[in-house]
Amino acid sequence: MHGYVSDEIAGKAYDSRLMRRLLQYLAPYKIQVVFSLLLLLLISLLQLVGPYLTKIAIDRYISHGISSGLNRIALLFFFVLLVAFILRFLQTYIMEWVGQRIMHDLRMNIFSHMQQLPLSFFDQNPVGRLMTRVTTDVQVLNELFSSGVVTIFGDIFTLAGIILVLFIMNWKLSLVTLSVVPLLFYATLLFRKKVRSSFRLIRKRIARINAFLQENISGMWVVQLFSQEAKKFRQFAHINWQYCQAYLKTIFYYALFFPAVEFISALAIAMIIWYGGSQVLGATLSLGALVAFIQYAERFFYPIRDLSEKYNILQSAMAASERIFNILDLAVDESYQQVPRQLPPLKGKVEFRNVWFAYQGEEWVLEDISFTVNKGEKVAIVGATGAGKTSIINLLTRFYQKNRGRILIDGIDIEELDAGWLRSQIGLIMQDVFLFSGSVEENLRLGNLELGQARLEELSRYVHLDQFISQFPRGYQTDVRERGSILSAGQKQLLAFARALARNPQLLILDEATSNIDPQTELLIQEALLKLMDGRTSIIIAHRLSTIQNADKIIVIHKGKIREMGTHEELLAQKQIYYMLYQIQYKDQKRLAPLPLATGNPSTNPASEKRKKKEDSK
Amino acid sequence: MILKELSPLFSYLSKHKKGIAVGCVWLILTNCFVLSLPWVLKYAIDGLKGGINSRALSFYASLILAVSLVAGVFRFLMRRGLIGISRKIEYDLRNDFFRHLQRLSPSYFNRTPTGDLMSRATNDLDAVRMLLGPGLLNLFNTIIISITAVSLMIYIDPWLSLYSLIPLPFLSLIINRMGKELYWRFERVQAHYSRLSAQVQENFAGIRVVKAYGQESDQIKRFRRSNLEFVSKNMSLVKIWGFFLPLMLLFSGMGMLIVLWLGGKAVIVNRITLGEFVAFNGYLIMLVWPITALGWVLNLFQRGATSMGRISQILQQKPDISNASHPIRVTSLRGEIELRNVIFAYEENSEPVLKGISLKIPPGSTLAIVGPTGSGKSTLVNLIPRLYDPTGGSLLIDGTDIRRIPLKILRRHIGYVPQEGFLFSDTIRENIALGKISFKEDEVMAAASASQILEDINHFPRKFLTQTGERGITLSGGQKQRVGLARALIANPRILILDDPFSQVDTSTEEAIWKSIREKTAGSTKILVTHRISSVRDADRIIVLSGGKIVEEGTHKELLARKGTYAELYRKQLIRQELEEL
Repeated sequence: MHGYVSDEIAGKAYDSRLMRRLLQYLAPYKIQVVFSLLLLLLISLLQLVGPYLTKIAIDRYISHGISSGLNRIALLFFFVLLVAFILRFLQTYIMEWVGQRIMHDLRMNIFSHMQQLPLSFFDQNPVGRLMTRVTTDVQVLNELFSSGVVTIFGDIFTLAGIILVLFIMNWKLSLVTLSVVPLLFYATLLFRKKVRSSFRLIRKRIARINAFLQENISGMWVVQLFSQEAKKFRQFAHINWQYCQAYLKTIFYYALFFPAVEFISALAIAMIIWYGGSQVLGATLSLGALVAFIQYAERFFYPIRDLSEKYNILQSAMAASERIFNILDLAVDESYQQVPRQLPPLKGKVEFRNVWFAYQGEEWVLEDISFTVNKGEKVAIVGATGAGKTSIINLLTRFYQKNRGRILIDGIDIEELDAGWLRSQIGLIMQDVFLFSGSVEENLRLGNLELGQARLEELSRYVHLDQFISQFPRGYQTDVRERGSILSAGQKQLLAFARALARNPQLLILDEATSNIDPQTELLIQEALLKLMDGRTSIIIAHRLSTIQNADKIIVIHKGKIREMGTHEELLAQKQIYYMLYQIQYKDQKRLAPLPLATGNPSTNPASEKRKKKEDSK
Repeated sequence: MILKELSPLFSYLSKHKKGIAVGCVWLILTNCFVLSLPWVLKYAIDGLKGGINSRALSFYASLILAVSLVAGVFRFLMRRGLIGISRKIEYDLRNDFFRHLQRLSPSYFNRTPTGDLMSRATNDLDAVRMLLGPGLLNLFNTIIISITAVSLMIYIDPWLSLYSLIPLPFLSLIINRMGKELYWRFERVQAHYSRLSAQVQENFAGIRVVKAYGQESDQIKRFRRSNLEFVSKNMSLVKIWGFFLPLMLLFSGMGMLIVLWLGGKAVIVNRITLGEFVAFNGYLIMLVWPITALGWVLNLFQRGATSMGRISQILQQKPDISNASHPIRVTSLRGEIELRNVIFAYEENSEPVLKGISLKIPPGSTLAIVGPTGSGKSTLVNLIPRLYDPTGGSLLIDGTDIRRIPLKILRRHIGYVPQEGFLFSDTIRENIALGKISFKEDEVMAAASASQILEDINHFPRKFLTQTGERGITLSGGQKQRVGLARALIANPRILILDDPFSQVDTSTEEAIWKSIREKTAGSTKILVTHRISSVRDADRIIVLSGGKIVEEGTHKELLARKGTYAELYRKQLIRQELEEL
């Protein structure tokens, strides 16, 4: 069974195990990635050209007054810029494409994986939290792939290129210039360390603010009732101030770091002027080379600063990917992995043999449940709230796994059956009818493309849904989410009936809704329900008087055990649990109209005829 | 538009006007020193060309160091000052936001999702902070650097300045064009992102149907379709966005090309010196980043303004329950409650939940309210501490309209025990003492003991100092209910309201609780809402609510004799109890 998936993660900045797993997603796009790296290499080279052209211009042309040479240099520079521009665009485009594709792959992976997780997982984790995995967390990774991983290489290429050119021009001056690099690294490291710990503090404190806020918003009425506004405000101001303080501390570090880097770069330039200048005076270095050195030195500091930016991207990406992989590592529902047994369509005999079930440990929700429902029988399950009725459905549909005993359908243990196949044979109608966004037709059809439009409408007429749908201007194409919801609770029930009927299931499982439905629709529902059950094995968690009265057999569940079984009359006569439940739950329900036991062709249905007449006379 | 949204910020800014002024001085000084660096370079290069001695060379080198050191100090002061102020304003704003929330009534929180308020307090506040910090800082910086750098460039050579700045207007034109297109495409990406999220949410929410109807692969197919569309929408954005940085770099490169080309020629014809040529180049480079950042800064302003608008929406929300303008002077209440034809609807134009309730509860008496779910029982008792105000009719306490009694006085005299005990993530002691401003330890103990929770608390690891909630232990429903009762009892309220508070407490404990309630609050008016008929037998009066109206009233005996709704409820209750025991 799957537990709660926590949001809390270790939060390491770099985790090689995670990184390796993430990089696997790059594999399908190897060619694009390699090509993009190649482009980056070229771009880095082209970036080096500018200062070098300056050197040539100064030394060869400006110093000697040859202005025609400048034209050539300018032209060359122009081409370099143009090519760099094109390559840069190409590189960005390719990497963004790869990033988007990886996001797509990841989202598909997570989504598909989640489809196969057992229901217990969804029962234990709030939807909002799960959504974050597919949406926000994946989005965070986008930055890592499109601008993170690959551009790091770009920065490294640029640094290496600059160092190389400097050494070629003048190795002594290069050594002097680059002597500030250790200082730079030291400053960056120190800064990282300081900032990392204070960022941790900030995250902790903002989490506290959010928790406090959340709690106080939902408990505001308690605060107000007990006139605690001032006290709660003081508490809030205090944690808010702590948060502000933590930030002021990082601001201090940032305010120190940026000028420090600038100072170090000024130090490099000062050394170039001082040492390079004396070389120029000694004629071992050209003036142009000196200028080029200064320009290169300025460019040297960008990638380093850039690299430290990447650190943040990496950190959040690691956190997001850990959360994602936690989901992907959850075992899928085993019932999906079975080889579907080739079976003829279900006949519909259901048997529970000494079934025990607990959602947790040994807290039994069902104890030693045994009953048989023969083909075509209508069975109603009744019991107080929490008696264990829904759990029976959860087991029969293999949403959950029983702990002991056997559940058989047509004499075959359902655990030998593929869950998907099993469910395809069952018409399950739940208390709250869930509609997917889309048209009425799509909701009736649910992916079954073989269902013709005519058949759809026929079904819909059969369950009295058609009269509502045909009133909509766009009929069956009407969007169910239009203006909130176009269907009333009762109409939704009818839709669920039609939806179940479309699969022509031999086994019908129904959890009756308790919501208030207007008497007219209620009558339609009762009629439709009778038709639906006709000739099918039906297991119904009953909330309607008419349902229990029409049932072949009623099973009374009380505190997880079957306590009584029999027909309505038999059980009433016993004057035991059923009798009591009847007094509490069913007795006061009014019968809306004499309900015909005959079912079949809707047009010959006397009840609907009668109702029609009633409506006409109004 | 932007200014209108941002206008509430001015009062926050003016609180720090001295700090901002000082910060701006630092900002100007920083730029003065930074901009003098290329000038030093100019002297050095020209000197080298003219053949200076190595002493002058070391002088220039140390000058560069000294200037950048001073610039660094100023930059440090500026960043710490200005960015620090933005954090302090964030602090003020968040406090004001919270304080304002505290004044809004429960009906406001009912119709506003918590997530929405949270996102305003976090995301939107952050966007405003970004505007105040990096936004304003970079804007000032860009303005000052542009003005000074361009003037210095013009000083060096007006024509060269003109030529090298030619690409800029083109750049801003192109960016403007692209910006609009970018905006639309970004909107489309965002819209599709919401659709994608909605699809995921729908799938997870309806997973039972998905599984029951074997829709897994169909759902995956649907998701793949919109996922692919999301990719293509993103790529259409990339087609424009991918041009941005390369284009910036192209244009800044073009500027340098022009300097190299025409500036070089100017040096050849001796219009400018080589040093000036180098300095000119330096200024141009200095301009690149601020101007590139301008787009980002504008974006920060746009976002910040939108977010400030969203925050203002909350801050301007008028509290619908507040003290009357002419409150009466009272310090204590007797506890007489009267309802005169009270009508209440949660929303305008919606069906009233209470449809004309008239009722008089003498001080010190006990009233029990029973009735089916949704009949308006909780709503009725929520009106007494003014969690909601009646839509029609009037509510009087001690003969005075409730709206004229100072809210604090009113609530201080009411002990309210809700259906579900709400606990704050705090110690149990603090949670109980919530009902009192100052308290003694033995008072907390007595309240806990009266609520039959003392024994449970003594079993907790740190007794009364045990943390509950988020980072502490989780109390059971029944325990929470009893803490809720202790919280109400500690204040010795004149009016005690019990809204079905013992639904999760077993019957024998409940009886013990009732005994101590009767002892502790002998003279108080008590109103009890309950499903358990067994606990209302002793009430002085019982009313039966149904569909927002009083359908029966009287004592237990009288009502039983009437054989109406109450008698039926009572009978069902007895059956239920019997069923419980089977």
